[in-house]
Amino acid sequence: MALRVGCVAAPGRALENKTGGWRVFKPVFDPENCTKCGMCAMVCPEGCVRETEEGTFEPDLDYCKGCGICVEICPKKGIRMEKEEK
Amino acid sequence: MLEFMEGSHAVAEIVKRCRPQVIAAYPITPQTHIVEDLAQMVANCEIDAEYITVESEFSALSACLGASAAGSRVYSATTSQGLALMFEVCFNAAGMRQPIVMTIANRSLGAPLSIWNDQQDSISLRDSGWLQFYAEDNQETADLHMIAYKVCEDHDILLPAFVCFDGFILTHTFEPVALPTQEEVDAYLPAFNPYQRLDAENPLSFGMYATPEYYMEFRYEVDQAMQRAKQAFVKAGREFGEQFGRDYSALVEGYRLEDADTALVAMGSICGTVKDAIDEMRENGRKVGLLKIRAYRPFPAREIADALKGVSTVAVLDKNISLGNGGAVGTEVKSALYGSGISVYDYIIALGGRDVRKKDIAAVVDLAEKGKGDMFYGLRTEVL
Repeated sequence: MALRVGCVAAPGRALENKTGGWRVFKPVFDPENCTKCGMCAMVCPEGCVRETEEGTFEPDLDYCKGCGICVEICPKKGIRMEKEEK
Repeated sequence: MLEFMEGSHAVAEIVKRCRPQVIAAYPITPQTHIVEDLAQMVANCEIDAEYITVESEFSALSACLGASAAGSRVYSATTSQGLALMFEVCFNAAGMRQPIVMTIANRSLGAPLSIWNDQQDSISLRDSGWLQFYAEDNQETADLHMIAYKVCEDHDILLPAFVCFDGFILTHTFEPVALPTQEEVDAYLPAFNPYQRLDAENPLSFGMYATPEYYMEFRYEVDQAMQRAKQAFVKAGREFGEQFGRDYSALVEGYRLEDADTALVAMGSICGTVKDAIDEMRENGRKVGLLKIRAYRPFPAREIADALKGVSTVAVLDKNISLGNGGAVGTEVKSALYGSGISVYDYIIALGGRDVRKKDIAAVVDLAEKGKGDMFYGLRTEVL
């Protein structure tokens, strides 16, 4: 994305800010251990946990900041945090 | 034609001829006469501008920033505590690259409360991304407003500017001033042509969020625009000289520097006193000159080094102090002359309206030539 004078942007361009780069730990979802309750998606403060075609869930790592709330809420302990090397 | 008028009135008259479309300001001593005059001119339909009355300086500059982004030529004026209240908006205006021109009627900052002159207010905004020009007299003050609009609105620059003139010493002083006609100003300063603008049909946001991957590059671009402003100022100052006969193509201006051993360096109205003091010292055979800094931002380091290369001693007069590290101008002149072998001394002088006389200038030269400096000049030790 080339810079525009005065950091000017048209509406909707915030999607281009891939804020996932702030993350230190990323969540790893285990679909085998998922009961499709959807609590991870409901509590995600970024709204970046989405439902897959199978009805299980996965994070959008472009925006996930690694807060780990989904790990805390998952009743099946089916999500774990993993350190990300960059 | 020369007319005899108050400095503030000269500013209002020239701002009127620059055809601002939006004016927002909050009255504060010693800037008050400027905005009173402009409010009267708008009320009398002498200016086709919107005059926005606001409840604070923060709002004044915020209104100007929005109006500028919407594509208007805007104007404001302030000083001291008012400028301090604008601090946040100043950085945003520069980052959003809005060519706002604002007059600073230089005044000291509290505490203690003081309405009197020094240059602490604008100097304290030196890192904000605003161009800063300092005028020696009321003619130069008026002229620099036209030049400031021309430089700021240049699409290669797109930065805001302070035109600084000393509170009371110039704002409230009557001097002869040559005011150009409206037609002459129109010929020099064309109508504002915004680079980009707010438009309901094609919405834009200014000064958006930049992640760590982008922020530094935005700051780099503002700094590059600042650097380009040197050449833009030289060009606009030369064009001004061609049209009006008063040349402002120099970022720094020497006075009797050619064969000088000792040079004073100063900004603003004090330069007039310094020139008179130099004339007297020259009559006594002392080789003294002045380097006046007209553009403080962008800082003309190379031009200063070139102008001072023949002298052995430099005395910088600082009407400000970066508490804990001496005067701001002195620090930067030392940096500009680093490695030159020239002895540079800094003098904190005339804070809070303390008068400076010719004998004070001569005393500073004596101190510098004896190697005494980096000090407050003229302290009343009996009250300490």
